[in-house]
Amino acid sequence: MSETTATTAAPEQVEAPQKGFAGQSIPRKEDKRLVQGEGVFFDDVKRHGMGYVHFVRSPYAHAGIVSIDVSAAEAVEGVYGTLIGEEVAAQTDPFFEMSTPPGNEIRDYALAVGKVRFAGEPVAAVVAETRELARDAAELVEVEYEPLEPVLDAVAAVEPDAAVLHDEAGSNVVWSGTFDWGDYDQALAEADRVVKIDRLYFHRFSSTPLECAGALVEYDRGTAQWTLHCNHQMPGIGIVWMAPALRVGSDKLRIVTQDIGGGFGNKITLHPYFVALCLLARKLNRPVQWTEWRTDQHTANTHGNERTFLDVEVPVKADGTMLGYKVRAFDDAGAFPRYEPLGCIIWAQVTPGCYRWRHVRVDFTQACTNKSPTAPNRGYSRMQQLWFTERVIDLVASELGLDPVEVRKRNYIRSDEMPYETPNGCVYDSGDYARCLDIALDLVGYERLEERRRDAESRGKLLGLGIGSTLDSGTNNFGQSQLLNPELQFSGNNEVASVRLDIFGEIVVTLGTTPQGQSHETVAAQVVADLLGVTPDDVHVRAGHDSYWNSHAGFSGTYASQFAVTGLEAVKGATLALADQIRRLAAVILGAEGPDSIELAEGFAKVRDNPEAALPFMACGAIINVNNAGLPPELDDVTLNCRYVYRPPFQVPDTERKFGNLTLTYATQIHACVVEVDRETGVYEIVDYAAVDDCGTRIHPQIVEGQVHGATAHALGAATFETFPYDENGMLQTSNFYDYHVPHALDMPPLKTGYIESPSPFSSLGTKGMGEGGGAGIHAVCAALQDALRPLGNPLVTESHNPYHRVWELMRDPEASRAGVEVGAAR
Amino acid sequence: MEPVTSKRVAVTVNGALHERDVEARRLLVHFLRDELDLTGTHVGCDTGNCGACTVIVDAKAVKSCMLLAVQVDGATIETIESLASDGGLHPLQQAFSDHHALQCGYCTPGMLMSAKHLLDHNAEPTENEIRRAIQGNICRCTGYVNIVEAIAAAAKGEVSA
Ligand code: FES
Ligand code: FES
Repeated sequence: MSETTATTAAPEQVEAPQKGFAGQSIPRKEDKRLVQGEGVFFDDVKRHGMGYVHFVRSPYAHAGIVSIDVSAAEAVEGVYGTLIGEEVAAQTDPFFEMSTPPGNEIRDYALAVGKVRFAGEPVAAVVAETRELARDAAELVEVEYEPLEPVLDAVAAVEPDAAVLHDEAGSNVVWSGTFDWGDYDQALAEADRVVKIDRLYFHRFSSTPLECAGALVEYDRGTAQWTLHCNHQMPGIGIVWMAPALRVGSDKLRIVTQDIGGGFGNKITLHPYFVALCLLARKLNRPVQWTEWRTDQHTANTHGNERTFLDVEVPVKADGTMLGYKVRAFDDAGAFPRYEPLGCIIWAQVTPGCYRWRHVRVDFTQACTNKSPTAPNRGYSRMQQLWFTERVIDLVASELGLDPVEVRKRNYIRSDEMPYETPNGCVYDSGDYARCLDIALDLVGYERLEERRRDAESRGKLLGLGIGSTLDSGTNNFGQSQLLNPELQFSGNNEVASVRLDIFGEIVVTLGTTPQGQSHETVAAQVVADLLGVTPDDVHVRAGHDSYWNSHAGFSGTYASQFAVTGLEAVKGATLALADQIRRLAAVILGAEGPDSIELAEGFAKVRDNPEAALPFMACGAIINVNNAGLPPELDDVTLNCRYVYRPPFQVPDTERKFGNLTLTYATQIHACVVEVDRETGVYEIVDYAAVDDCGTRIHPQIVEGQVHGATAHALGAATFETFPYDENGMLQTSNFYDYHVPHALDMPPLKTGYIESPSPFSSLGTKGMGEGGGAGIHAVCAALQDALRPLGNPLVTESHNPYHRVWELMRDPEASRAGVEVGAAR
Repeated sequence: MEPVTSKRVAVTVNGALHERDVEARRLLVHFLRDELDLTGTHVGCDTGNCGACTVIVDAKAVKSCMLLAVQVDGATIETIESLASDGGLHPLQQAFSDHHALQCGYCTPGMLMSAKHLLDHNAEPTENEIRRAIQGNICRCTGYVNIVEAIAAAAKGEVSA
């Protein structure tokens, strides 16, 4: 059962309900095709004579490649051809790397060249008439390896005696640097206590979208252009990686998407595979199709960042006010950086989490290991940081005997401090964390907590309550990349929309985005409908993305919680421009005073105060498109086809101080979780759960709530079931849905949801991006377990992944978990 | 003697009889998708865990990646493409839309076929029975909350017109 609970007393910042379609949960435009199985996912696209691709992958985590022999595979009837690393190295350049030395010395190609660096890395590709034949023939490719010692831990990887993955870089360090904001030494001097935590560990997992990655790639010899029907979720940047590697201009790559079966960031770094497919399509002169196998997605697509926090120090005042923190963080990037080292700065969007912490010192190192590469994964890099801030709060509270609710409220940034500048120059736009917490606590019946503890005890269970407070920072300032590497030429952000009034009066919208379930067609139609005075049914939003028609910008895509701002601002800008053109045209045709005397309603441009004088949109579309003789010169620029590029108002951050605003909006998620732990076995059940969200103005509340449910499911899965552990040889232990258990219907606890709306002052619609959440469920489960286990020697939760056996260990040996945590007097 | 690598199969899919020579190792899901072009049935895993490929074979909900096409000789199969009729959505399809029970829509066809199988055999399922019936279908987007509500609403006939 789920409940949706609106706030009872309206908080001040809640706007009056809007008129129009925005704010209503209208039926989703996407649904009709999807519920009938009539969506078009990339694997549904077929071409005459296409070949199926199967990748031959490394069975070793780390090995030299001595030789590759594809002759037996090529001899099989029905096999169209192969590709190996040597050809890739000859025909392409290494992908562009974002780091400074040594990270930028790394040479990353579409297939392994000379060496393999993780189990599952593609070494060769075979193309054949059928999927089955390609797979069989791949077995015949002979690869001789010379195994090397695998490096499997980021902290150990930077030790001087560690084996080095990338000889050309000479070190496993991708990037390292320090961040020093406020005055940490002063904070230590002012503190009454210092809490020290030796080690916190955030584990590796991924959101594993149900649709695997893939593409159908065609090469047009005449124009030397590739067309990729695929599920890339960030085509703008995908092209920036691929085109230079293929030694062509960006116009030679046409990226087409329609329906995408979930992305969550895992479809951002597909460029190595896609470049291999481009080479094959050209070499074999035929369309080639590749659909990743589930096992391959788990072993060799992307994982979320795994992060170890060492030597944490938290200066605290006697009243529970925390002044900041100091930490050494190690991030494990896996075998190739690809989207990294951006994770080394993205966390700084939420440096103090939800807290008024002013003094921060961070030493951050990211290293390569012989594991799957990492890439953005729902909550990218901020989730790790927010887990850290929530663990800090609860560990400090536990050690100093403070109440987890009180200590949060004492340290939360207050609503009257918004907009709030963090110590590193980010601006939290709006929000009311304490109020969200109260709603969450109400929803889980906080006032009856002690009673429920006793009831659980009588049944042999331990009951605990935990809170997860997070922020979903959305609309990136890509200038933050310059804080890692001042030479990089990325900054700001953009998104594009075009809105056209067509010949029969159809309103047609094209987006630069690549939705994977985020309902852009519906939400865009709501915004357009309100501005043009029509209904969402009258607005035709093109499904999917096609870079061929210049409908995109450099940062186009769907990632990083931004559509509600970047996408909708672009839609709004284009629609306002169109509305203006319609008014100007109608004023001339109807002989009205001027555009200001025209209003748009019910599909007509009408002269205000004169109901007789009205021009239907159909007539407007027809006049401009096919009946335009004799129009006066002042309408020369009226095309009724308006494109708008939205650019958020960002500055390049200060690279010296690593200071500046890194994201435009901050949605809030405050979750409360109640668990019951079995005293004997450590098996636990979530018996009550509430997720309270504040993403500013909600254009479609039902869609927002759906995102909250989904993000919560991901977090709860990661907290208890989902993990990517490797054995000592570097073999992934959970390479399919048997071993990698994601939540099924019976695993999900009842979810209660609540919300408030604190409109963003920085987006014209008051919206904030909100799709990722901040992993609040992971943090809340950790906190709830720690609370539940308190009577058993107060074990401390220092890892993000807590399967039942881990809880059992905590109960058995609480001292082991406490060993690394101590409270000292301040200096 | 050469081993037999293909076999003639006659199968009724969504009311139409198809007779084909089928590669012996071809999975039913690939037969449906690649040969009959019924691409509504999806593939989400290679171990039979996700249920994206669920279809109804002789009145049983079946994961079509777990059967070879040659095994369905003589069978009657329903896929997602058969659910809507006379231009109208099936009540389950409508309920999924009403309750926002799909985001990306990739799990949806398999989920709907499992739900149809449930309602075909149990007109008034409890919430637990609903969760049990879709236990073999993974959805990575919705957290199942709205899916369970949608199936319950369809069972009660509470769907929008
Ligand atoms: S594709 Fe059949 S169960 Fe996953
Ligand atoms: S809606 Fe995306 S997997 Fe279910």
